[in-house]
Amino acid sequence: MKLTKREFFAFGGGAAAFVALGGMPVGASAATDEVKKLISDFAGGKMPASGKVSLNTPEIAENGNTVPVSVEVESPMTKDNYVASVMLLATGNPFAGVATFHFSHMSGEATATTRIRLAKTQDVIAVAKMSDGTVFMDKKQVKVTIGGCGG
Amino acid sequence: MARPRVKVPKSASKDEVITIKTLISHKMESGQRKDKKTGEKIPRKIINKFTAKFNGTQVFAVDIEPAVSANPFLQFTVKVPESGEFEFTWLDDDGKTYSAKKKITVN
Repeated sequence: MKLTKREFFAFGGGAAAFVALGGMPVGASAATDEVKKLISDFAGGKMPASGKVSLNTPEIAENGNTVPVSVEVESPMTKDNYVASVMLLATGNPFAGVATFHFSHMSGEATATTRIRLAKTQDVIAVAKMSDGTVFMDKKQVKVTIGGCGG
Repeated sequence: MARPRVKVPKSASKDEVITIKTLISHKMESGQRKDKKTGEKIPRKIINKFTAKFNGTQVFAVDIEPAVSANPFLQFTVKVPESGEFEFTWLDDDGKTYSAKKKITVN
């Protein structure tokens, strides 16, 4: 096999990219099954659809000890049609659970803000359960510079 | 130790959606940290539940896990139909409860 200079670099670059990807802890976090179970328990076995929920997180969090997170769900928030609860999950933390907000028709809007701990760069998930039982979710990656678990 | 702080508007118009901010000073010991001297895990001690009631009816609540930051901050909204009083309660792992009350006048 004869490689031209160009092919050689293309090959080398590809291999480097492959190694870089291989080095990533894809699914290495023990939380993957935990996250699936938490979502399934919360959703009553339903698969959450996308849409309606918007999760607002910073793209980069310099300090994982306190990362502002807010969630907003589209809903008329009337007595028969409101957002019952929203669960927040941090997929790369030692425990995925973060907080569950319970709204009521008196909430006016289904929106809540808090500050959370993130151990490392990871996906944050918000799952919203409506009063009629339908479930929606949103996911955002947050890059963490300094982890927030005493590390 | 834990001191709650709450921001609620003093007045609102009927059925206005108001924003409430709450914060309680609390270490939120996650149960993950180790004592540097003994190497043993420091036991978990967090605020695990927050509830907001308006005139006795629960309008908002949060189940809180150790992943919520120290001095847990919560911001949420409530649609106020009438004048009345908010009661906010924080529940500690050790069984203690902390509470704060705020009145609002609806014109």
